[in-house]
Amino acid sequence: MATFGFSILKDRQIDYDNNDHRLFRFIEEQEPSIRLCIGCGGCTAGCTAAGFTGFNYRKLNYLLMRGETEHLQKGIQQCMLCGKCKLVCPRGVNTRNMIFALKRAFKTPLWEELQKKINV
Amino acid sequence: MENNNQKFIWREYQKEIADDHFFYVRSCIRQAFFPGSETFFLSFMRNQLGKDVFEDARHTTCTGIGFHGDVVPHETIMTVVARHFALMTEAGYRHVAISCVTSFGIYSEILETWKHFPEIEEKIHQKLILATGRDFNKPDTIAHTSDIIYKFRNEVAAKMKYPLINLNTGEPLKVVEHIGCHYSKMFPQYGVGGAEFPQVLAGMIKAWGGEVVDYPERRHCCGFGFRQYLVQANRGYSAANSKKKFDSMQSYEPDFILCNCPGCTMFMDKWQYTIAELEDTVYGKEGLGIPVLTYEELAGLVLGYDPWDLGLQMHQIPVETLLDKLGINYDPEKKFITQKGENIGTPLIPQHYNIGLKTAGTHSGCC
Repeated sequence: MATFGFSILKDRQIDYDNNDHRLFRFIEEQEPSIRLCIGCGGCTAGCTAAGFTGFNYRKLNYLLMRGETEHLQKGIQQCMLCGKCKLVCPRGVNTRNMIFALKRAFKTPLWEELQKKINV
Repeated sequence: MENNNQKFIWREYQKEIADDHFFYVRSCIRQAFFPGSETFFLSFMRNQLGKDVFEDARHTTCTGIGFHGDVVPHETIMTVVARHFALMTEAGYRHVAISCVTSFGIYSEILETWKHFPEIEEKIHQKLILATGRDFNKPDTIAHTSDIIYKFRNEVAAKMKYPLINLNTGEPLKVVEHIGCHYSKMFPQYGVGGAEFPQVLAGMIKAWGGEVVDYPERRHCCGFGFRQYLVQANRGYSAANSKKKFDSMQSYEPDFILCNCPGCTMFMDKWQYTIAELEDTVYGKEGLGIPVLTYEELAGLVLGYDPWDLGLQMHQIPVETLLDKLGINYDPEKKFITQKGENIGTPLIPQHYNIGLKTAGTHSGCC
């Protein structure tokens, strides 16, 4: 391969047509209230983990809904499962259960398949 | 009523293009990379249409690339362009024909600046007189040379030998048209069809029998962007923009890409090679790149000019597949031979274009 002193930057456009939404549908089945999220950010504002780490529940939710699954697993490890996000949510989203559902999803063949796709 | 309103709206998208007596200003990039284009333009205008096109050997670069690259100040570029206007005034011309879209954008920007800030124009008059002893009149009209070919597209169609029809299928060729951003995105009133509906290339394609491909990223920048390209480490931004366009157009299987801007022609052509080398991706059918032409080269081809006289051997992407589709005869052995019989050398072509290599009769293998 030739070297040109630069590489072609990856496109950061969010492509809803080509992104894989299977993980979102998997979570949605187990926690339908995820659909009620209006992205207000109350969950992240009140989050204890967010105060000490880069954890951002709202961001995770967005990534999941957009089908951008690449950074989900690392992000979720910082959650302490205290449940304050669930208490402050004005739409009644069961955020804590969503985290649990996502952790379960990481053990499924679907996740393995998505990981392979990302690595390709 | 609706019709009248539509006419009123479309009036804003029309542009006055002079009919004759042009002061011609060349393009730095096109003279180097697509030299047949300007030669064809002058030959076609003078010999086939009998128009008066004057060029002055004292004309220089407009310094547009330096200006957009932040190394040439605004006052300097305005004085350089004022000198071009002075040469035009001295020669007795009132209409400028501009070969380069960057220069066209620069001329438009300067004329608009002077329109809104007459004190700056006066200052430039004084600076030019001080520096060169020359003074100038502003041109009555400025036209990009693609505007002029667009104006005379039906004259080309009347003399056409090879319409844009695929000889194998009988279907119109599918053409991606790419308009340079500085043609009409900055000052829409200076372009045919404005920024939203530029007709300058689409009009030629339709008049010569082809079909315009309307794809999602049709109006996206080619990626040149001056600053993105001039610094080597930033070129990934440039190539990423071109890649976005190629990704978007690929599924429409275009037969070739038509550009009116020197930078766009260069990058749409050469980045295909770079992307093939860096990412093993080729956008044309059967492992070939998509040929990229200038509008003069296309006009020359449909009129029956020899492809090598038009300078098509200077392109990174081999054009032979397109010539075959059009049914144009060419001699592969003469591709890299000058009129004096000298071999100009074979370009380094990646193995992804191996089919083109067979047609071109050159060596195979990756550079």
